[in-house]
Amino acid sequence: MTDDAKINAPRRISEPPVVRCLLIAVALAFIALFLVVPLLSVFAEALRQGFGFYFQTLRDPMTVSAIELTLIAAAISVPLNCLFGVAAAWTIAKFDFPGKNILLTLIDLPFSISPVISGMIYVLIFGAQGWFGPWLIEHNIRIIFAVPGIVLATMFVTFPFVARELIPLMQAQGRTEEEAARVLGANGWQTFWRVTLPNIKWGLLYGVILCNARAMGEFGAVSVVSGHIQGQTNTIPLHVQILYESNNIPGAFAVASLLTLLALVTLALKTWVEYKSTGLRGTAFTPVPLKKRPN
Amino acid sequence: MAKKQNSVLPGFRLTLGYTLLYLSLIVLIPLAATFVKSSELSWAEFSRTVFSPQALAAYRLSFGASFLAAAVNGFFGFIVAWVLVRYDFFGKRIVDALVDLPFALPTAVAGITLATLYAPNGWLGGWLAPLGIKVSYTQLGIFVALTFIGLPFIVRTVQPVLADLDSELEEAAASLGANRWQTFWRVIFPLLSPALLTGFALAFARALGEYGSVVFISSNIPMKTQIVPLLIMSELDGFQYAKATALAVVMLVISFLLLLAINLLQWWSNRYNATNLA
Repeated sequence: MTDDAKINAPRRISEPPVVRCLLIAVALAFIALFLVVPLLSVFAEALRQGFGFYFQTLRDPMTVSAIELTLIAAAISVPLNCLFGVAAAWTIAKFDFPGKNILLTLIDLPFSISPVISGMIYVLIFGAQGWFGPWLIEHNIRIIFAVPGIVLATMFVTFPFVARELIPLMQAQGRTEEEAARVLGANGWQTFWRVTLPNIKWGLLYGVILCNARAMGEFGAVSVVSGHIQGQTNTIPLHVQILYESNNIPGAFAVASLLTLLALVTLALKTWVEYKSTGLRGTAFTPVPLKKRPN
Repeated sequence: MAKKQNSVLPGFRLTLGYTLLYLSLIVLIPLAATFVKSSELSWAEFSRTVFSPQALAAYRLSFGASFLAAAVNGFFGFIVAWVLVRYDFFGKRIVDALVDLPFALPTAVAGITLATLYAPNGWLGGWLAPLGIKVSYTQLGIFVALTFIGLPFIVRTVQPVLADLDSELEEAAASLGANRWQTFWRVIFPLLSPALLTGFALAFARALGEYGSVVFISSNIPMKTQIVPLLIMSELDGFQYAKATALAVVMLVISFLLLLAINLLQWWSNRYNATNLA
């Protein structure tokens, strides 16, 4: 049914104009109160002390080092989860094997776990009192309260993003095109690079965009493993917390405005990818369980 | 259906092996470690931690606030989904894109923003203060934060089902004499209810584990404004790993049960739509 058909339909299969206007007003008021006002207030608070203070906060060495660490954590976790996503989608979408539904559920696990617990599990393994704690101390390797812990926690919380986007897409595409490529003499890599990858490029990009947004913005899990050492183990969201708790509210919002801009760019890119490629629905952002499909 | 043995496509062993290895290293082994670690506690120690008055108060607050937030989102999220699918208005595409903001915005940013907005001298708190309503640093603030982060779930689960709904069903109801309200309540709503329930369960599950957006707007006072993730965090900050682990195990079991419920709901929803909309 097209939009025009809906508008021109007789009244009994649509609502009276008064009801329509009322519902639109309620929806817009809810969106304005919960989304638009907070969004505007981030920038209003950030610029409260003027542009000079704003840019001074962003140029502060502590802010710069937090930005660097966030970029490092995202630069490691996003490609690794991307590789995992492609491998998992290939094995799930192109082959039949028992236990597929269990595997799909396990891939979703990190979504249903509290960020605090996501960070805590690594403390239990690598922390001073953890399984490998004594061994790590003996060999002078720091994982918890250091950069490797932050990377691990980021990898955990962003684990399902790319896989979730690619699995339904590759299941829907089936395997006939790849089988044709093989029959025509292409080897495995050629089949993947020339047939599969062009088919999944938008889904892959979509997953990467969402994965990156979460990787750069993760707070709870990273907070547990970080140790909050300014200039060393501080990511952007943790730096926001430190500034806020030291009562530098405009500074906290200045740094927060960077993350807000990242969120807005993410939403814009996401909408653009959806426009370029119909059928993508952002299942990584709304974790409705994935289902096994018959191939 | 071709069996894997005679599939012409390569890479099954490689990709399955890599998938299982990576899954085990990053997710399964660390999670299992939590359960093993908690088994080092005696039952008496375990139950003293997970049934302490402070923990019980935290469960009550976590469940209560998450339930209320998911319910409010259920109502308003349904209206937003309805309006986005059925009506045309200026700025619809922007509103549609904006619905995902709570997912895209880091929780720490949401937390400090809501805490500042609803503080007695904030944009919104300033309006509510003369009425005697305090939001920031109270239980009401926790509810507001959980409503914010759960907002997209209902919209995004109801929206696709509503868009796929066959207009013939509504036309049939109308031609058989139903008025618009009867058509909505007896025909459309039952078809959307599995999706609505799935969205509710997802929003509820997310709210139960939420930390970042709540930590700033809650005053984190034990027994009053401390939700379970904040309690676990305060145990971790005090290096009380055994207590934190015991509480984490309770939360993990609840999360797994919710995940199971969501899977069953989704299965029911798919089957329901397959039989009713075929």
